[in-house]
Amino acid sequence: MTVTSLDPQTLGRVLPNRLKSPVRRFLTSWELLLLVVAVMVFITNSFASPYFLDPWNLSDATFNFTEKAMIAFAMGLLIISGEIDLSVASIIALASTAMGAAVQMGADTPTLVLVGLTVGLLCGAFNGFLVTGMGLPSIVVTIGTMSLFRGISYIVLGDKAYTGYPSDFAFFGQGYVGWVISFEMVLFAALAVIFAILLHATNFGRMVYAIGNNPVGSLFSGIRVPRVKFTLFLLTGLMSGVAAICLTSRLGATRPSIAFGWELEVVTMVVLGGVNILGGSGSIPGVVIAAFVMGMVTFGFGLLNVPGIVMSIFIGLLLILVIALPRLVGRYLARRKA
Amino acid sequence: MKFLNKLLAATAVAAVCMAGPAQAETKRIALVVKALGIGFFEAAAEGAKEAAAELGDVEVIYTGPTDTTAEGQIEVINALIAQKVDAIAISANDTDALVPALKKAMQRGITVISWDSGVAAEGRQLHLNPSSNPLIGNMIIKLAADHLPDGGDVAVLSASATATNQNIWIEEMTKVQDNYPGINVVATVYGDDLADKSYREAQGLMQTYPDLKAIIAPTSVGIVAAAQAVSDAEKVGQVNVTGLGLPSEMAGHVHSGASKSFAIWNPIDLGYSATVLAYNLATGVAEAKAGAEIPMGRMGTLTLDDNSEGAMADPFVYDASNVDDFKDIF
Repeated sequence: MTVTSLDPQTLGRVLPNRLKSPVRRFLTSWELLLLVVAVMVFITNSFASPYFLDPWNLSDATFNFTEKAMIAFAMGLLIISGEIDLSVASIIALASTAMGAAVQMGADTPTLVLVGLTVGLLCGAFNGFLVTGMGLPSIVVTIGTMSLFRGISYIVLGDKAYTGYPSDFAFFGQGYVGWVISFEMVLFAALAVIFAILLHATNFGRMVYAIGNNPVGSLFSGIRVPRVKFTLFLLTGLMSGVAAICLTSRLGATRPSIAFGWELEVVTMVVLGGVNILGGSGSIPGVVIAAFVMGMVTFGFGLLNVPGIVMSIFIGLLLILVIALPRLVGRYLARRKA
Repeated sequence: MKFLNKLLAATAVAAVCMAGPAQAETKRIALVVKALGIGFFEAAAEGAKEAAAELGDVEVIYTGPTDTTAEGQIEVINALIAQKVDAIAISANDTDALVPALKKAMQRGITVISWDSGVAAEGRQLHLNPSSNPLIGNMIIKLAADHLPDGGDVAVLSASATATNQNIWIEEMTKVQDNYPGINVVATVYGDDLADKSYREAQGLMQTYPDLKAIIAPTSVGIVAAAQAVSDAEKVGQVNVTGLGLPSEMAGHVHSGASKSFAIWNPIDLGYSATVLAYNLATGVAEAKAGAEIPMGRMGTLTLDDNSEGAMADPFVYDASNVDDFKDIF
């Protein structure tokens, strides 16, 4: 959108599209830093365990992150717009419970998918209504609905479980499209492309950035801020529904504790992917690479039988490191200039 | 780049060191628990190490998720499948959700058994129960009888009237009651697994039956409440409290004399037996099928029922001589 229609003489100077060339932008980008981390994790894993470089094992490893990453795409957009949804894991629990209940009533696979997606959408709409309709802060609303949605699952199920899903339903979480490529992996890739286009190549995506940077300014620029935010909550709910279908299909059973604690892993993935937790910036390729980094780190540690608690510590340190590093570097460069 | 080279060199050295034991002919048995950092399972891991030392060519991998979720255990199982371990012995967080992952493990030639907390039959080769209902029913009355050579009145303080486990155990106890002549079960009361209600029921028993010699509480809540009631009524020495309880909660009452002994499964024996069973199946010494008798080292043999389940042993008896060794464990 270079301002070419105006005469440079009257304007005084040409406003450039970007301050840096695309190559330089990439070289100083977060995504490159993450990519280097990902490659290093991959190389380290290959050396640390003789079992890592096996196509089947790598395929199994992708299940560690595909479902969470699907939610992380939508969550990324939501966080860029300056909101957050902490109820995603509880939406999974509620959607899975609804699907389980539908199975008891004899629902077939297409119906189950419809139930999962609908419950996800409804939960997202509920969150979106409370935030945009009532003007409540999203962090408070979704902490509330986090307990609410999972609470309903606990009331319905107690200490019981829903099982007996139809055998063709297992395809979503256990099926393979060809050789070692799982259905979940294909879905993950397709969603990554869709979300990347949505955020980086549509008006809607520009609006999301604008709202995150300056909600009041966006409103005065004619962007329907509540409507965009409501759509983002719907999208996050829908993706939680998709993840619920995949996870339920993979487990073949529903318990109210399903996907417990996933909301934090999803947010971690988004932030590690370079999305500013305060909103306004971030990219889908970043989230994709972050998903791979997290999945490969946990799988690599798993192969070495590192206890889970050490993994959590490492993920925490990694998060702090990648957040702190660019700031430290920036401060160092600024001091050198002065 | 210099740093990267150094890193590569270091990881290469580490890889060689780690690849070493994997290439040897040892059987690698993974003991997967509900979550790491739980005393009961740490003790089971001790038992597994004991079994490994006894068997010689076994490497035990003690692992589990950070919190007690099925998803966490599936990630652990996937990592174990990838390492091509020889056997997985798991205490499951979910009866059904682990089945697809464990089926995959079995398809790739890994021996899978469950112990303590079971997996649905199609997801494992056998399940090791710590004990069985008849053994528990017999044990709780035996504990009372052991300290009553001349017989006497005993009463049962159960959980709720609808508690499945307790009712089965009391029923099994009634079946073998004739083997303990002189022991007269005068009443069964219900404390609903609530500390205060169990306490009042125990007080009521002592008032209603002044000659009461023992209270049998086959519930970990009831046994503590009853022991407290006996202490508070200053009837230590007259009324013996016994049944099923946890060493950590009962140690004080054992030392005060309110409870001479009580029983519960021994996690060390459980980890030991699970490891030996997994080893015997993985090496082809035994086959898991209905009616099979599978040796499990110092714990004797495991007899499988039609559902490929078996009971390890009598509940383990804890008294003043050993309760302190276990009170920090669970």
